[in-house]
Amino acid sequence: MSAWALFAAVFLACSVEAVEATTIVLAAGTARDWRSALIGLSAAFIVLAAAVAALGPAISALPLQTLRLVVGGFLLVFGLQWLRKAVLRASGYKALHNEDEIFRKQLAAARAASTQRVGFVADWYAFTLSFKGVLLEGLEVVFIVLTFGANQNNIPVAALAAGAAVLIVAVAGILLRSPLARVPENTMKFAVGTLLTAFGIFWGAEGAGATWPGADAALLVIIPLTALLGIGLTAVLRAQRRAVTGPVSSVAPPVGTARS
Amino acid sequence: MTARLKAFGLFWYDFIIGDDWTVAAGVVIALAVVAVVSRTSVPAWWIVPVAVAILLPMSVWRVTRTLRHEESASSS
Repeated sequence: MSAWALFAAVFLACSVEAVEATTIVLAAGTARDWRSALIGLSAAFIVLAAAVAALGPAISALPLQTLRLVVGGFLLVFGLQWLRKAVLRASGYKALHNEDEIFRKQLAAARAASTQRVGFVADWYAFTLSFKGVLLEGLEVVFIVLTFGANQNNIPVAALAAGAAVLIVAVAGILLRSPLARVPENTMKFAVGTLLTAFGIFWGAEGAGATWPGADAALLVIIPLTALLGIGLTAVLRAQRRAVTGPVSSVAPPVGTARS
Repeated sequence: MTARLKAFGLFWYDFIIGDDWTVAAGVVIALAVVAVVSRTSVPAWWIVPVAVAILLPMSVWRVTRTLRHEESASSS
């Protein structure tokens, strides 16, 4: 995989997580206290950076075959979860993720909570909401950076792609001062699920001892076939749902936004 | 302390395994089969793609079946 392909894959995957984290920070800042929310965001970034700094060299030190087996297995499990959620939402079996609605709910909950000062943090609720949200979504970013980066022996490019994704989404969120509801999150989730699953198939099998026909070129077949499997499943489920409940509303191709 | 440890364990279980443990189990089994088959003269590259082609529809089917049952129970 070239550095550009690595950058694109990590950038796309991390953008989805960044959109979700941005919604939470915006809710904490808008409803409560921006300073506390931003301190929470900074604290989460420090913890995540420490995780990359600590785990990066450790993971890179593993023998390549073991690394590919472990990472491939994790990517497969993660990728299949993402793909399944995207398929279920695109086919109308689960509600699409609505960043506006999530933002409103977070906002209402934040406004109802009482204010408590802890040390130099003026609003502990805003701090913890922001810290937990960013840490949780950020852990997935860290996982993607470390797995993709270590496998390609290029953690700096993977980290750069993640940083660029987070920065662009965060700036967009701050400028708009509203959740990024127009981002086709389910489409992105579908694409990322496809990529994670495809790379999981490739690296997992290679790490377990299989030899791919065509070596790296096999990915050019695995990625489209994985996407076709997801699209096919979506089509079948939509037809099935339409037969039971009538036309599926509000759902375009694997498009929308989502998280369970 | 026990509650915190439990919450910590549940967080990592949810983060890694997710809401369908059979997918994770299927992936582990598929990779183990590859490890065994790759020691023979039989090609092993096809095993994981086939496993994915089985695991994903099965996992989706389990969810849709549950949702359909819930919908029919609530409508009756």
